[in-house]
Amino acid sequence: MSAVAFAPISARRRRVDKLARGGVALLTGVALVPLALILYYLLKQGLGAISLSFFTTDPTGSFLGDPGGIKSAIVGTLLMVGLATAVAVPVGVGVAIWLVEFGRVSKLAHAVRYFIDVMTGVPSIVFGLFVYITLVLGGVGGSSFAGWKGSTALALLMLPIVTRSAEVVLQLVPNSLREAAYALGAPRWKTVLRVVLPTALPGIVTGVLLAIARAAGETAPLLFTAAVVNATAFNYNDRMNSLPALIFQNVGQAQDRLVTIAWGAALTLVAMILMLTLLARLIQRRSRLS
Amino acid sequence: MEAGTLVPAGERSSALHRSPAARLPDRLLKWGLTALSVGVIALIAYFFIKLILESRPVFSQVGLGSYLFSADWVPSKQLYGALPLLAGTLVTSAIALVLGIPVAVATALYITELAPRRIRGPLTVVVDLLAAVPSVVYGLWGFFFLIPKLQPAERWFADAFSFLPFIGGNVTGPNYFVAGLILAIMILPIASAISREVILTVPREHKEAALALGATRWEMIRMAVLPYARGGIAGGAMLGLGRAIGETIAVTLVIGNAPVIGHTVFQQGYTLAAVIANEFGEAASDPLHRAALIAAGLVLFVLTLGVNAVARAFVLRAERAVTSPAGGPLAGAGGRNADSRMPT
Repeated sequence: MSAVAFAPISARRRRVDKLARGGVALLTGVALVPLALILYYLLKQGLGAISLSFFTTDPTGSFLGDPGGIKSAIVGTLLMVGLATAVAVPVGVGVAIWLVEFGRVSKLAHAVRYFIDVMTGVPSIVFGLFVYITLVLGGVGGSSFAGWKGSTALALLMLPIVTRSAEVVLQLVPNSLREAAYALGAPRWKTVLRVVLPTALPGIVTGVLLAIARAAGETAPLLFTAAVVNATAFNYNDRMNSLPALIFQNVGQAQDRLVTIAWGAALTLVAMILMLTLLARLIQRRSRLS
Repeated sequence: MEAGTLVPAGERSSALHRSPAARLPDRLLKWGLTALSVGVIALIAYFFIKLILESRPVFSQVGLGSYLFSADWVPSKQLYGALPLLAGTLVTSAIALVLGIPVAVATALYITELAPRRIRGPLTVVVDLLAAVPSVVYGLWGFFFLIPKLQPAERWFADAFSFLPFIGGNVTGPNYFVAGLILAIMILPIASAISREVILTVPREHKEAALALGATRWEMIRMAVLPYARGGIAGGAMLGLGRAIGETIAVTLVIGNAPVIGHTVFQQGYTLAAVIANEFGEAASDPLHRAALIAAGLVLFVLTLGVNAVARAFVLRAERAVTSPAGGPLAGAGGRNADSRMPT
């Protein structure tokens, strides 16, 4: 090495390097500011609203008196997201299995992938609009706005997320596992259901949890499918309240107590979604695939 | 593994000749899943056709040209010119890209290339958490925090830089800029995640070669990393754009909802998505108004379709440069078989 003389890096290049690296680090810091601010404000404004009765009473919507709690919104969100999950997960995982195990690189599989991609890009409000046109205006099921119609919109939104994440994980299942099952005489359905699916399960669950987190925070598709009401509903054919819709409704009111309710509801919603997201990451880390 | 524990089914000694009855579940599974997949295609096709059919009244009454390019949106007078809405959607999305993408790329670069190894994981999680905050919460925060706190700064900026185009004049509380800023925050996680994945696919050899030639870290990023990842970063930006165009609730709360075309970025406006959210209630009894809103949804759908198609093309090309054929969807971009072929 002694024969080679390295030209020292000039002061100018050194300076540019320092500046650029500092700039990149600074911008990264800037990216974290909004999150910190949002969380700070959520805690500051939301904690004050929260008490036991906040979760156990329905909102009254009253402008002057007691604004009540957010029980109906929590129940509605859980019921609607639950139903949407129950529909979107089997269908979404089923399509993913078909893509990986049967469709592969056929023309039909390419078409299905393309349409799933299209679905991913559709704005959530357009899904809401679609359900509004087809189910709400038509009065399907003898109701105009209804919880199950909100669930339908949410399921449409979740479907592509579930399918795409499941497809990625299913593709990671080593072929040798499938071949081993076939070699042992297992029929295809058994191989898929008993070998491939269990291996991919943690990854699929992660995708499902992220889809649920996404659906739970959606407002736009619920506004004109499930509407906003005060009373708690357990019947899917009734109008159902939801946390995001309640927040949206209350922001529009120039009334401090209603706004406080909105902050409390927002804190509740964000806490729910953050827990789901972190749980999803935990499961992902545990997974043996990827 | 333990072959001994799995006994071939009963008397049927040869698995190669399964009876038709035994093959039934296989067929059921295959055709059931195929039907499901075809059903998804049919659903989306129906979805698209339904939107076109339901928006037809406004196109036949107002005309496609004047729906898109006339600037008067006055439902009470049956005037449906969506130009202010279209302009609002495009302006706010453009602001989001200009503000959000540099920051997204910077975070991706910092996390992948510069940050100490220990904090890379936690930093990734924190940036991704931005995606977990629901749109309505961004709206709530924008409405009660961002709008009042930003207004003095916006006023100062508008006065000091009034010589720039689209800057200056009156500053209203809710405006294009605030909406764009909120959108920038909202697209940051997706744009950052995709950039990160693409940057991770840059072959180690390229980076080491640059360093071995005497490049500083920044020169290595500029000459080896960024050119290689350019396509993927552009794809991530386009995906972010698609999100920004369709974002509804947060924008509705901070843009002012005035169907006019503002002359500066500090004035009120309206977007396609916001008008649907706000006016569908009153439109229930007015078929033409309803058709006009559905048409707004159709325009949104077509816009996002186009933007996402371009995004997909970018990302696929970037992906094809690094991985073997039959590349998976986006998430597959994290080139598992990092080979060192040059992108062309």
